[in-house]
Amino acid sequence: MKSEASLPVRLVKGFGMFWWDFLVGDTPELFIAALVIIGAIALLSERGHYNAAAVVTLPLLAVLALAFSVMRARRASRSK
Amino acid sequence: MLVATTVSSGVVVLVGAVFIACAVEMVEALTIVLAVGHTRGWRSAFEGVGAGLVVLAALVGAFGPALVHVPLSTLRLIVGGVLLIFGMQWLRKAILRASGLKAKHDEDAIYAEKVAELRAAGTSPGRDRIAFVMAFKGVFLEGLEVVITVLTLGTSAHRLGLAAVVATVAVVLVGIVGVVVAKQLSNVPENAMKMVVGILLVSYGTFWTGEGLKVRWPGNDTMLVGLIAIYVVVTWLLVWMLRREAPLVQREVVA
Repeated sequence: MKSEASLPVRLVKGFGMFWWDFLVGDTPELFIAALVIIGAIALLSERGHYNAAAVVTLPLLAVLALAFSVMRARRASRSK
Repeated sequence: MLVATTVSSGVVVLVGAVFIACAVEMVEALTIVLAVGHTRGWRSAFEGVGAGLVVLAALVGAFGPALVHVPLSTLRLIVGGVLLIFGMQWLRKAILRASGLKAKHDEDAIYAEKVAELRAAGTSPGRDRIAFVMAFKGVFLEGLEVVITVLTLGTSAHRLGLAAVVATVAVVLVGIVGVVVAKQLSNVPENAMKMVVGILLVSYGTFWTGEGLKVRWPGNDTMLVGLIAIYVVVTWLLVWMLRREAPLVQREVVA
């Protein structure tokens, strides 16, 4: 027999689900891209003289991630 | 003079991003509440709205002050990361809609869909639980996005008060317009607004992620304007590319 979860458990689960939908949802590639961007820029900015590279790389990676996600949606619509 | 210019450009971007994002979320919440109120009666709808606002206020009261104690660079990195993801999601949707690959957000269609759903649910004796839950969820979930936008943009820019005021003005203005014109929320250019918000959120996300990781932006806050320009051009290019290909994919609608 399946027992009904308590109110606090349901609230925590609902809150977790909200954040999952909010950050991952149907575009997990954008979530992964953001983690990759943060990791890459953290590595570049570790050393001060890579600042110029970080300034260029950060928006460039965001643009590439956006373009990749849009093209992925286009491919999905084509295959339907 | 230069300081005044940089401060004002940062403030203008902040005010614009918060206002448009909050107005869009308010349109979505109001569509649900109007559908619930017109279909199942206003008492339960208002109770749901009230309960949603109380829970939101409790969340802000609990977590808002805690944000002040988080180290600024950590806060900016978290806020930047969240805004980057959120902004890219909005912008992706807006690009797909503008290029015809995704159905445009239509408040009339959503209103009709909600009304049909609510009518099909039948009536219940006493308090209308369905109306209460739908109004509550509409206000709470859309409101939570407003709260996140205000807290993230406001705290990282050290202008939480200004962000809260702008959000309140946006919510009240859309509320008044929505109540006065009732079902005419579809006249709000929501798709265009979402594209603007997407661009602003990605720009802010990029900027704060960099700040959180100790990147020194050329021109400091003024770099925000440069980032906005970059994302405007990229958005325009992607829409143009997809529109050119549109006959090939026959402008199919993706979910």
